[in-house]
Amino acid sequence: MLKKILKNKYWQDGEPFVWATGAALTLILVLTFALLFVIVKNGIAVYWPADLVHFEMEDGSAYLGEVVQTTDDEQAGIRHQVKIGNRDLYPLDFKWLTEAHIQQKTAPREAVLLERSAYGNFYGYLAGLELPSLEVPATDNPWARFKSALAALGPGLEELQDIQAELSTLNAQVERLDGKIAKLVYHDKEADPQMAALQRRKESLSQEFQAHVSRYEVRERDLMANTALFEDAGGRQQTIALMSVIRAYRPNDMSPVAKTGIYLRKVWELFTAEPRESNTEGGLFPAIFGTIMLIFIMSILSFPLGVLAGIYLREYAREGLLVRLVRIAVNNLAGIPSIVYGIFGLAFFVYGIGSSIDQLFFPEQLPTPTFGTGGILWASLTLGLLTVPVVIVATEEALGAIPSGLRESSFALGSTKLQTLTRILLPMASPGILTGFILAMARAAGEVAPLMITGVVKLAPALPLDATFPFLHLDRKFMHLGFHIYDIGFQSPNVEAAKPMVFVTTLLLLAIVITMTSSAIVLRSRMKKKFAITND
Amino acid sequence: MKNTEQAIITIDDAIVQADNLSLFYGEAQALFDISFAIPRHQVTALIGPSGCGKSTFIRCINRMNDLIDGLRITGSIKLDDRNIFDRAVDVIDLRRRVGMVFQKSNPFTKSIYENVIFGMRIAGINEKPILDETVEKSLRRAALWNEVKDRLHESAMGLSGGQMQRLCIARAIAVSPEIILMDEPCSALDPRSTAHIEDLIRDLNGEYTIIIVTHNMQQASRISDYTAFLYEGELIEFGPTNRVFTVPVKKATEDYITGRFG
Ligand SMILES: Nc1ncnc2c1ncn2[C@@H]1O[C@H](COP(=O)(O)OP(=O)(O)O)[C@@H](O)[C@H]1O
Ligand SMILES: [Mg+2]
Repeated sequence: MLKKILKNKYWQDGEPFVWATGAALTLILVLTFALLFVIVKNGIAVYWPADLVHFEMEDGSAYLGEVVQTTDDEQAGIRHQVKIGNRDLYPLDFKWLTEAHIQQKTAPREAVLLERSAYGNFYGYLAGLELPSLEVPATDNPWARFKSALAALGPGLEELQDIQAELSTLNAQVERLDGKIAKLVYHDKEADPQMAALQRRKESLSQEFQAHVSRYEVRERDLMANTALFEDAGGRQQTIALMSVIRAYRPNDMSPVAKTGIYLRKVWELFTAEPRESNTEGGLFPAIFGTIMLIFIMSILSFPLGVLAGIYLREYAREGLLVRLVRIAVNNLAGIPSIVYGIFGLAFFVYGIGSSIDQLFFPEQLPTPTFGTGGILWASLTLGLLTVPVVIVATEEALGAIPSGLRESSFALGSTKLQTLTRILLPMASPGILTGFILAMARAAGEVAPLMITGVVKLAPALPLDATFPFLHLDRKFMHLGFHIYDIGFQSPNVEAAKPMVFVTTLLLLAIVITMTSSAIVLRSRMKKKFAITND
Repeated sequence: MKNTEQAIITIDDAIVQADNLSLFYGEAQALFDISFAIPRHQVTALIGPSGCGKSTFIRCINRMNDLIDGLRITGSIKLDDRNIFDRAVDVIDLRRRVGMVFQKSNPFTKSIYENVIFGMRIAGINEKPILDETVEKSLRRAALWNEVKDRLHESAMGLSGGQMQRLCIARAIAVSPEIILMDEPCSALDPRSTAHIEDLIRDLNGEYTIIIVTHNMQQASRISDYTAFLYEGELIEFGPTNRVFTVPVKKATEDYITGRFG
């Protein structure tokens, strides 16, 4: 019976096979697009200022906030999840409200959303202003006066920032002095006249530091005194320092154009600002920077190495058992779980090489490690190790695909092996090698596990590249988008509040990977056009 | 009628002289004790059934076989009285003197212009006037100039098969070699392109020494002055093409030419 079915012409023509191939492709496409859709849909809407809804409940309570989602199930009926914020007043900043218990829903134009540097958003109504140290003319429009007060705060805030910048410069100087002093102490030269000079210098720097700190404190207290009084939906009052307000607007009273303005400003903040509130708010700049720099350093270290190794294997090594074994080993390296690379990186780079560097070059700092702890250099090297097999294999295959006739023609014209390689073979192999780079970069950008033990942190105090000498700080720990997703999504104390940020971060990571790979693909297709062999 | 002449004649003005040349690919011997002289400024055809060692032999003359692992050569090939297998001989230099055109045309994935001057570029010649002149001269010599003069800087991949092969000849000529080796240069071409290349070879005759491998008897008789017949790695007969084709000395030559095998 089965035999009969299988002998059927329909099966023999391979029609079902064609269907199976098509179905497999469709399934993959659907899954990919579903994933992209979910991420883009959730990620892109995060910064759009939603309308604020004022709920009056049957029991007399009232809430003001953004509706996050609405569900409908048979037992509970229609329910809204509302972000009510005001973490300083309420225990939770999200609340489920049952539609049946809602007496009235309004969208008051004067409902205010405050983005604050602490305690998250505040939703409420402006009730008063207290401006002891700001010159803001009184008007009969309190909202306008509030906005001008915020604007008038600008110079004061800038001054504080300037003082802070000076403080960190002083701090860096003191640290460097400390390093020098530690070195002298280490070499038993405490009596050295240099020592006294250093101590004196440090003393004066510390005094300067203290002076700045007091100046900062005075100015801050001064500015902190400017407050606004807000009322929540239920009429509870809360005094809020203007200094802690990052942005204030009334979404129900805004045109789409004004909302777009806010949206763009928040996106800009995302790319340029530091994170706030244990990473659930604010920008992602350090993580973006860390991710790109990590991939960049990884590429610089691993691509030339991989290409050279690939060239040696294909063009110079004599075909034989050894070369075949090496090739098998390289292919298998690509399949080792990344966490194993991470452990190797920790043991070999951090504890092995890093500790030796510390003992040789920074003995006075010990037991505080300099390179003997995770950092961007070690993480890049670990990722490089992980991606180098991909580059080797791609290089080898690209070179192997070049017809041997071209090599012979080049030799026959009197070129050396090196000339043949650089003038004929490498240009022709470049599209294939680039494909290897693309795969390697995409893989590196998505790896998190090996980074977690070689230097990534949830909040890095400074970037690995900055304006203080020696500018490139390869020993520093760094932030990374992939780790950021893990951290805020699963390690944050307030998972619900962090959810939008998870989507935004994922979207951003995807965007970076896609931008990198697609620019490499464009480059590759250009090269392909240039170096394709046609034969007719 | 039985021909009583020598099967392998001697040449007065020889450019290449092979003496007791034997060649081994590892254990397998491909050439057996070959000795003969190739005349200067003439076209010499190498004929013989496939696998008889024609390619192996001409690839010895520019030491193309150097690239093969496990290759061993005994005897000598002299180019102007100098053994090319000598340690002191610079292979790069030798290959500039002995150009080569392969069976499969293989232009580089560069422009037509860059293809022609590739040999000069790697020799370190970069002066534009010299390069321009060489390009025109070589392409004219290869009868390709008129077809490509307006698209010198376009990719060579846009040429037809026959044009590509002429480009490869131009590329070989551009470094002014004394000898041009051609290994079945027409076997992948259509009859019209073949005729083109044959014209070209006749045209180059007298200026260059050309050694051409072919399995096409008519072609050998049309374009060559001398013919060498190889069989199973041995040189059976060598003489003026006329004589070899009309009154061969050896039975094997006759059998091959009349198409009884191969
Ligand atoms: N690279 C090589 N390694 C081993 N044997 C070879 C190699 N090239 C050619 N041969 C052998 O040498 C003999 C002569 O080959 P070849 O010179 O290519 O013949 P022809 O060009 O006359 O057809 C053949 O038996 C062939 O199998
Ligand atoms: Mg051959």
